[in-house]
Amino acid sequence: MTAPLAQAQIEALLDLYLETEFTFRPVGPVAAALALLERAEQDFVLDWIKRIATTHITLAFDFAKRAPDLIERFDQRVIEAWAVHLCDTYDRVGMYAALEVAGQVGNFMQQREGHAAGALFEDIAPVLGNFVHGLSGRKLKLEQGDAAWSDGERICLPAIIAALAGRSDNFKLAKAMVAFQWAQTRFGTLRPDLTAICAALADPARALRQFHGLETLRLFARLGRELPGLQREMLRLSQQLEAPVEPAWLALATPLLRPEATVEDSLALLDAACALSDFPVRCFQGELRPDAVAAARAARLEKEKARLRVKLADLAEEARRHKPGKASEDAPEERFEVATEDDEGRLDFEITLDGAPIAPPDDVKQLLTSVHLDFGQIPPEYLVPAGDGEYDPSLYEDRPTDPDAVWQGTYHEEGALFYPEWDLGRQHYRKNWCVMREKEVKPVFDDFPRQTLAKHAALIKHLRKSFEAMRDENRLLKRQTQGDEIDLDALVEALADSRDGREMSDRLFMHMHRAERNIAVVFMVDMSGSTRGWINEAERESLILLCEALERLGDRYAIYGFSGITRKRCELFRIKTFDEPYSDTVKARISGIAPQEYTRMGFAIRHLSKLLNEVEARTRILVTLSDGRPDDYFDAYRGPYGIEDTRMALQEARRSGIHPFCITIDKDARDYLPHMYGAARYVILDDVAQLPGKVADIYRRLTH
Amino acid sequence: MDTHTFTQEEHYIRQEPYYEPVGDEIAIFEAAYANKLPVLLKGPTGCGKTRFMEYMAWRLKRPLITVSCHDDLTASDLVGRYLVKGGETVWMDGPLTRAVRAGGICYLDEIVEARKDTMVVIHPLADDRRALPMEKLGVLLEATDEFCLAISYNPGYQSVLKDLKQSTRQRFVALEFDYPAPELERRIVANEARVAPAMAEQLVKFAHMTRNLKGSGLDEGASTRLLVHAGKLIAGGVDPVTACRSAVAQAVTDDPDMLSAIQELSASLF
Repeated sequence: MTAPLAQAQIEALLDLYLETEFTFRPVGPVAAALALLERAEQDFVLDWIKRIATTHITLAFDFAKRAPDLIERFDQRVIEAWAVHLCDTYDRVGMYAALEVAGQVGNFMQQREGHAAGALFEDIAPVLGNFVHGLSGRKLKLEQGDAAWSDGERICLPAIIAALAGRSDNFKLAKAMVAFQWAQTRFGTLRPDLTAICAALADPARALRQFHGLETLRLFARLGRELPGLQREMLRLSQQLEAPVEPAWLALATPLLRPEATVEDSLALLDAACALSDFPVRCFQGELRPDAVAAARAARLEKEKARLRVKLADLAEEARRHKPGKASEDAPEERFEVATEDDEGRLDFEITLDGAPIAPPDDVKQLLTSVHLDFGQIPPEYLVPAGDGEYDPSLYEDRPTDPDAVWQGTYHEEGALFYPEWDLGRQHYRKNWCVMREKEVKPVFDDFPRQTLAKHAALIKHLRKSFEAMRDENRLLKRQTQGDEIDLDALVEALADSRDGREMSDRLFMHMHRAERNIAVVFMVDMSGSTRGWINEAERESLILLCEALERLGDRYAIYGFSGITRKRCELFRIKTFDEPYSDTVKARISGIAPQEYTRMGFAIRHLSKLLNEVEARTRILVTLSDGRPDDYFDAYRGPYGIEDTRMALQEARRSGIHPFCITIDKDARDYLPHMYGAARYVILDDVAQLPGKVADIYRRLTH
Repeated sequence: MDTHTFTQEEHYIRQEPYYEPVGDEIAIFEAAYANKLPVLLKGPTGCGKTRFMEYMAWRLKRPLITVSCHDDLTASDLVGRYLVKGGETVWMDGPLTRAVRAGGICYLDEIVEARKDTMVVIHPLADDRRALPMEKLGVLLEATDEFCLAISYNPGYQSVLKDLKQSTRQRFVALEFDYPAPELERRIVANEARVAPAMAEQLVKFAHMTRNLKGSGLDEGASTRLLVHAGKLIAGGVDPVTACRSAVAQAVTDDPDMLSAIQELSASLF
């Protein structure tokens, strides 16, 4: 084992990481505390101090002060997750909030002896997200938050759950929390206006806690009937962590254990509950936040009413079309009726229109479910089909926001997609870091495509020919050694040969050779400012040539341009999508490709990988076309950070089954390319003039 | 124990298969059969299409010739082909031809899986001509009144490549199948798997949980067939959670997160 570092050595490192020369941090006490640890622990803590310092020095110093205590109490996985959470909070909401999170470390990792193996949100979210979708009712989203709570549309869980020693028990606890929050939405806890009800009582905050206690007992009994396996687990966890609920509470709550008990019954007992001692909080019950519930509900009600009524109008319209002979003007207004089936956790609806049953589409069922959860029934006014123009479409349509409108007025992130970015210093992803929007290249209908075709006429002829040769079609191959049909001509010959005493051929079969070329490819084109001039023209010419060639081949292809300025404005420009034919508009968009801003590459690779993976194809290829190293405006993206992020994005693409290929026009600074393109194959072109001829040719060799 | 070998056209179903009608599908099928109309069964996998065909074959007392279509199935696999025997070529009828000759019910299961050229050979059989052209023999085989063509198709694939062409689908009387209503599904599971009604009820509830996941990561929820499988394992003494993992979760997905989620659902239920 390596000997631990001495205090002086640690201090020297901390001086370096925390730049004490300028920041004057008193690192002495920290170094003294760290000197007492084992070498492996020291290395772990120092590494994380260094990594957090690349985000912010104050944060790193704060971490350094707490680390010696933490490492005694938790396993390294949990501390790592906490450190990442700290940086994420800083990324999201800034220094003040991050230091607050750091201060709440006790909250976040409850006091306990020994090393706890916590359940980390990012590990459990994929499983529990699906788990909660499998339960009936509204589709609830799972998000990371400061505690376990729900507003009726999403369920929040803390970043780490480490109340118990074992990882699997902590996971079970997280699952119990999720199921309990789900039960609150599903079985009506969130339905009454709790703020108003509690405000009428002497101590509103305490009343809310006591109400939550009553509901905890009611829902626990309910879960026992719905999900008995889960209830057993909840009981076991609760027994490990807490004293049993007092007899007075159990006596009061007896009526709530009946199958037909509702939230109204809990409300009826609230006065009596307030007279009892404080309810002993159960480990799985989380928090009740009526304000958030009310806000989500207020935003949802009108929207869903509009959506449902518009959908019903559509259904009525469709029914009318199938019933000929009835003039729609003087027909009496359609009457919808809904029968709700709410048995044993299953929620189903049957709709009748004027007495005739109609099979409701899934989206209508989802809406009915949601409305039912809000009211406990479907209010009659929700069943009146919307009249023409009764609602502003913006109320019920998911309107696509104009990406350019973002920059008019205040900055917002509506309609944007978020992508993570790899932070070299932190050695971890920055979550939701890039704010990405897809835009369209403004088509320019000019002479450029025609001129390009004329300029490269000979080359195009050659390309078309060579691409056509690659085309694969169903062919019947005759005289094969094996196949699914007998080649009778060959057989007759062979029999004649054999009668004649000659050797009989074994090529007696016909084989249907089937076209198997099943390739989808995305071209990702650099539209950064540095392509201005020659490179831009060469890029556009290459794309025209490429499209001409690909049209011969029949491969599915899409073309996107990328550019951006800072992480808040990452833009991908649609030139041709997979579904779009190669039309004059596409040609005009290629003409319209104009240099924009900077070269942030990671988000573009990640987004296009996602698009590519949604296409059904046997082989998926991502070809990037750029003029050099990644770069962004006054941003860390210039230099190693951008290179590492690009490298990481390419590796992610590779892992998801995509073949990335990079074409670069960069005369100098080749030193970083092999590293950056690590996972991808690449080619460097010295001369821009080569580009048009090369791109199609490279693609041909790539897929042959 | 000896296994029995039948040629398909001699294979009459002698014992009534267990079948619970969902709606009026039996009456519709009989009417279509009486009027010599071909039938298309639509619906997700494992909801009882094949069982329904067995039941109808028993009811109508005709042999049932089932062809499970796969992506290498060619027209000659259906119609027939020449084989070589002692220096001579011999013609060998395919299952479709044998069904036409025997006046049986030919059931092409998952027809969209077959290669496109196979669709074309069934077209003349599926309209009022009711004839099978056998190009290689140069003859036209006319079907008798007893012959019936049925195909099945799962619209849930949502893949353009695996869609049924209009020219094919518009020749058939369509019967839509879906998972049975809970009450009925409980009865089917209890009956087929021989489990207690309470267990059947839990299994159906579990199936609904997986069906809720359709669209959020699962292509298709657990079918009635899978429930019956799980039920049989349970009746055989396997722990319910284990049975659901082996018979249901592993069957519907390979995705590790989804597998764990389904596993957690069944662990919560039992």
